[in-house]
Amino acid sequence: MPLPAFETPLIFETGQVGRANRYLPDAAALDSLLPAGALRDELALPDNTELDVVRHFTRLSQKTFGIDTAFYPLGSCTMKYNPRINDAMANVPALRDVHPFAPDRLAQGALAVMWELERALASLFGMAAFSLNPAAGAHAELAALLIVKAYFKQKGEAQRHVVIVPDTAHGTNPASAAMVGYKVLSLKSDARGRVDPDEMRKVVGPETAVCMMTNPNTLGLFEPRIHDVSDVVHAAGGLMYYDGANANALMGNTRPGDMGFDLMHLNLHKTFTIPHGGGGAGAGPVGVAAHLTQYLPNPVVRACDATGAAVESSGWRETDELTFALDFDRPDAIGTMRSFWSNFAHMVRALAYVYANGADGLATVSKLAVLNANYIRASIRDVIDVPYDEINRHEFVASAQPLKRETGIRALDLAKALLDRGYHAPTVYFPLIVPECLMIEPTETESKETLDDFIAAFREIVATAHADPERVLAAPVNTPVGRIDETRAARQPDLRWRPPEPV
Amino acid sequence: MYTPHTDRDIAAMLQVIGVDSLDDLVRVPAAIAPRGAVEVTPQLSEIEIAARFRRFAERTTAGEFTSFLGAGAYRHYIPPVVGALAMRGEFLTSYTPYQAEVSQGYLQAIYEWQTYIALLTGLDVANASVYDGATALAEGVIMAVNATGRKGVLVSRAVHPNYRAVLRTYAEGLELTVDELPYAADGRTDLGTLDALLAEQRYAAVVVQSPNFFGAIDALPPGAAERIRATKTVVIGVVAEAMSLGALATPASWGAEICVGEAQSFGNAIAYGGPHVGFIAASEAHLRRIPGRLAGKSVDSEGRTAYVLTLQAREQHIRREKATSNICTNQAHCALCATIYLAAMGRTGLRNCAALNVARAQELARRVSAVAGYARRFEAPVFNEIVVRVPGRAADVLAALEGRGIVGGLDLGRFYPELADCILMAATELTTAAEIDALAAALSEIPARAAARV
Repeated sequence: MPLPAFETPLIFETGQVGRANRYLPDAAALDSLLPAGALRDELALPDNTELDVVRHFTRLSQKTFGIDTAFYPLGSCTMKYNPRINDAMANVPALRDVHPFAPDRLAQGALAVMWELERALASLFGMAAFSLNPAAGAHAELAALLIVKAYFKQKGEAQRHVVIVPDTAHGTNPASAAMVGYKVLSLKSDARGRVDPDEMRKVVGPETAVCMMTNPNTLGLFEPRIHDVSDVVHAAGGLMYYDGANANALMGNTRPGDMGFDLMHLNLHKTFTIPHGGGGAGAGPVGVAAHLTQYLPNPVVRACDATGAAVESSGWRETDELTFALDFDRPDAIGTMRSFWSNFAHMVRALAYVYANGADGLATVSKLAVLNANYIRASIRDVIDVPYDEINRHEFVASAQPLKRETGIRALDLAKALLDRGYHAPTVYFPLIVPECLMIEPTETESKETLDDFIAAFREIVATAHADPERVLAAPVNTPVGRIDETRAARQPDLRWRPPEPV
Repeated sequence: MYTPHTDRDIAAMLQVIGVDSLDDLVRVPAAIAPRGAVEVTPQLSEIEIAARFRRFAERTTAGEFTSFLGAGAYRHYIPPVVGALAMRGEFLTSYTPYQAEVSQGYLQAIYEWQTYIALLTGLDVANASVYDGATALAEGVIMAVNATGRKGVLVSRAVHPNYRAVLRTYAEGLELTVDELPYAADGRTDLGTLDALLAEQRYAAVVVQSPNFFGAIDALPPGAAERIRATKTVVIGVVAEAMSLGALATPASWGAEICVGEAQSFGNAIAYGGPHVGFIAASEAHLRRIPGRLAGKSVDSEGRTAYVLTLQAREQHIRREKATSNICTNQAHCALCATIYLAAMGRTGLRNCAALNVARAQELARRVSAVAGYARRFEAPVFNEIVVRVPGRAADVLAALEGRGIVGGLDLGRFYPELADCILMAATELTTAAEIDALAAALSEIPARAAARV
């Protein structure tokens, strides 16, 4: 179903001064309260009625494609259904309004949410402990690299400053490494798209700090020799970091801890159904094995039983009889990563999702995510090149390179044609090692019927590419706007509205 | 569980794929099979989940107390229209708007947010948001480091302690040196040593916050920004309480070239600390050093107005280790809430709300200072927070207040050992006269003996 094409004026171009909504009682004039020099002179914001505001943002929402709109097979982003019960729980007033500096005594339930989630994640991913502090995946990567740096500093091995990343890695991996002053060494994957332990052996050494990997990797392929890779890195004195971007593929099946990883992060906005919200807020807990727990960012939540004794639990347990405290008194901690303790509303959502599934449910989630991805792969492999045509995990990559050679149609054009069919496009041109790459991740919440419709649409587009490529090049035509002049946007940046000059 | 597959679906799909079972799809080598049981929650139905969270809510009793907590997270009125619009599924469940043709609505909303932040701070441009105020400061400092090639930062001690803590965390990675400027007797930053420090030519930036952590309006005095800039040092202004921008002189007007801050106060719940929403605004000269996403206005193939994420050559997915930052996620949905809030409040509503905050804080100051033994610690004019000196230890007074149903504020001794007899108290438009009465009455009832216990 196409999104509507009406133009919407900016909120600054509508409204009249004096059309204000009366949300609050009238205050005394500002200049009677503070010295004139402290006050601003103008404030060129519009006054709009609430009805105008409602129509404006309703129209903007109608020109925005969400998971709620239709199928969203955006590889690497795990665009699964976001259950509404999660939002309802995050919006319970007692949890929504609690202040981060409220005494622990008055925030026991909120702390219980954090503790239960942290314990469940630790058990689910085979880590000794998590800190819920980082605000997003890249932020957690930074926290993890700071942990690595602190660990080697304390060990007297501060010379270790090389981060090994496979050439399939996310851009955040090298960017995070740069933020701790580490150098990046990119490791070429083998012909089957995997990291070869023998190649790893050639590059590790006394300068190796950490190897950052995800498994399944960004091609959607499982790394079966991950244990050997970990052994090689560990033997050289380095650490193994698991990028949790692809965690939706492996719950209940294997755990980063079992694969030999020492640190990891999770994107709760992927695997644990936190709404992406147009690009955030996310949440990125960082987890570590036992030898690194003291470095985790502050704060962590401690539990005590009725007698006041500290509670250690390898996984989740009932909390009604426990009491909790935020612990900031950890001398080896890398510090804190953000203003307050966690993106707490998202911890509520993630825990509600864990409760909705339990251990068996989460294992099923991963299996069905893998089933859906492979079903699409097997259903389009005869019309598009699938460079790694084998059992993938939760996502797979196709390449439009042969199609481009034959018809001139690129991955980008296929993406735009899918928009015209009412689907969101797959991720294109990532990972960088596959030319004309399309990365498709359906997630487990889509039905066979939805996948069948998508497969039919995709096949028709490829057929059109062969028969009438101009039609595909013209796409999208059923969207609110056509292809956008990105060069102009970058060369003549227009990043804000400006009030008209007074006449 | 939220999966639609019937057994028949699964069988048909496995057949197309050419494997016999779901387990065959996810088989892993024995060496990495899970060791030991996975202990997560039981699987509950929706009403059981709701009951479970009711229990968490019952154990979170803070809401039953009258609260004067602020300190970087503020209780403000949120008109219901904010949630009603922001929770529309199209906004809530969309990804970062990389596919601009089907994201025009969200991109326009981000462009509007960038405009609101630019207008409020008085600066030229703003980004699409960052994680929160503290990380905004760290990212702002990185901008200044990149602009100057210097690795020192000079930060006022009256900048939020958590923001300074985060800056220290980032500084460890980036190998920056963070030095501090003291606060003066009136609660503002003491600039007495500034010129001598600047003469060393080793600071990338001078960082001040206004209103500062003590609530004091701490804009740089006339001439200070010029002196700082004359040494090629960047002035960074921090705004931890965005509501103040509705009333106070803009950071640009007192010399900030980069303004970073926290916009939770605009339509976002406190939520035990997150998600909140950081912003970064800057003068045109710093545009290409701004981290994170930027929405720009352009045209489509038919010449229609169209919005798109732009200047992406700064970002991690293109520049990798040479990017301006590793930031990937922003706080789009929180920024959307703020944008809707600002649209609904409008110029008139925002100014009025800011004025109510000032008035309530002044009322709070009057009433608390009238209680014997209690006085304001600093005299500088404030926006919506005051520092109150108490007889004895702040911790004891706060404990006594808690027994009377009041969370009196933040014990400043937690961050400033020399201020262990001081409480930071906030008042907003939601603080009622009755609540201030109750606080004043409770303070006057606390036996001097208990309060004075050391």
